[in-house]
Amino acid sequence: MDLESILQSVFNFENYGELLLLVQNSLWAGAVLGLLGGLVGTFVMKRDLAFAVHGISELSFAGAAFALLIGTDVVFGSLVGSVAAALLLGLMGVRARDKNSIIGVIMPFGLGLGILFLSLYEGRAANKFGLLTGQIVSVDTVQLQVLAGTAVAVMAALCVIWRPLSFASVDPELAEARGVPVRSLALVFMVLLGVSVALSIQIVGALLVLALLITPAAAALRVTSSPRLVVLLSVVFAVSATVGGILLALGGRIPISPYVTTLSFLIYVVCRVIGSIRAKRGLNGRVMRTA
Amino acid sequence: MNPVISLKQASLKFGRRALWEDLNLDINPGEFFAVLGPNGSGKTSFLKVLLGLQELHSGQASLGGHPVERGSHMIGYIPQQKPFLPDTPMRARDLVGLGVDGHRWGIRLGTAKANRRIDELLELVGASDYAKVPVGQLSGGEQQRLRVAQALATDPKVLLCDEPLLSLDLHHQQAVSALINKQCHDRKSAVVFVTHEINPIIDYVDRVLYLAGGRFSVGTPHEVMTTEVLSDLYDSNVEVIHANGRIVVVGLPDATTHHHDDAHATAGEGS
Repeated sequence: MDLESILQSVFNFENYGELLLLVQNSLWAGAVLGLLGGLVGTFVMKRDLAFAVHGISELSFAGAAFALLIGTDVVFGSLVGSVAAALLLGLMGVRARDKNSIIGVIMPFGLGLGILFLSLYEGRAANKFGLLTGQIVSVDTVQLQVLAGTAVAVMAALCVIWRPLSFASVDPELAEARGVPVRSLALVFMVLLGVSVALSIQIVGALLVLALLITPAAAALRVTSSPRLVVLLSVVFAVSATVGGILLALGGRIPISPYVTTLSFLIYVVCRVIGSIRAKRGLNGRVMRTA
Repeated sequence: MNPVISLKQASLKFGRRALWEDLNLDINPGEFFAVLGPNGSGKTSFLKVLLGLQELHSGQASLGGHPVERGSHMIGYIPQQKPFLPDTPMRARDLVGLGVDGHRWGIRLGTAKANRRIDELLELVGASDYAKVPVGQLSGGEQQRLRVAQALATDPKVLLCDEPLLSLDLHHQQAVSALINKQCHDRKSAVVFVTHEINPIIDYVDRVLYLAGGRFSVGTPHEVMTTEVLSDLYDSNVEVIHANGRIVVVGLPDATTHHHDDAHATAGEGS
């Protein structure tokens, strides 16, 4: 394959208008998942759970692969896998170091199970590949409704626990002294995270979930420390990456996930550069007074 | 005047080891009460009992006439200074904001009112200039001023301080302890101040609880901080020297009073 034909398969904007109509559902799904990923991601960063997200997604992959094998709903399978993993981590890994070693243990196990189920599966190969790399193009209206409904439920729950969860995330000792149920909030958040991972897997696949749940929030944190602005930027970044990724991917022949992850990565790089320029100039919001 | 903190025949044991037994104590509004003692003598546990985070083995502890409970609005709490990581996603004013309404459910709606209160508190502790600086980029002394503002957010009747001066330089030690004393004096809050070093607060302290070796002694600094009392508590020859209004204790059996393992035993719940 020469360079031109590679480019042709990566970027191709012929008949763009017609294609756009066909993928309306996918665009909406992308926007909803971007919104969800941006919101949940800020707490993932505050609670230092990036590695946990990865671990949950591997078990979610195993669940989805099992569902594919026995012929039930893949989304349901991935949901069961990720919520189980999230609860396991929430219950067992109280300390960060504990948690990381538990993730390190279950991650390869989940991935191995997933590969086992996939190799037993005898259906279409595209279905297998889709679990790892996402398959948003084929979202129908019913799927979109379920997706949006679940995402709204997760976001509503997140809003209810927003303040105490923030408190417990950045300042756990004091939060506990003030009567915040630190332990239960951690568990509730893990469940919400599990559901979010399962939903995100559909668009970017099990291997690339981090691009949706970590990168946008991490990028936002590079340029601001204001809690409100972090949330806003994180959502804007995540939605731009998913919707932009789908728009770019329309004409090409390859899955959507590389576009989404690349956009996400570029946003992060830009934020990182801005952040380091600011740090070099010593701009951190302190009011300077001349004595 | 009714005592705001009251302990009756209170005992605390871990396994078979008694930290203190039969402690009867009343602390009044506006009283500056210091808790001293070596490592593992139960100083931090004493605070945890008042915070409702630690059950007594026997006896009762009450706050404002009611049994202690977790998350009481009467309490302001200043934890040991533990530096925030440089990339903690929170500015100075957000940390104070957690003290104002961080424990409530939902998202903050009355922003203007909360912001006014936060500005007031920042002004009170002299932290207005760095209100928008990320907490991780502030010095230990600056962070501890914010802790005071955070603890004062609800204008608490009781201010519990766990080694608030640890690892601060002399200037910040004086500033932070003066702020705490101001709350005690102006707003008549009872202050319970856990420390291993009495001198930075010697001018403010009304009474002392000295814990050592499973026993204790309560009284004014002049009654408790004497060669006889401390030698008896430690069961060894300890000499207490009063000089220039300071108190020096010589010959403590436990020489490593600067580490506080007891405080970390139950800490570390990161998530």
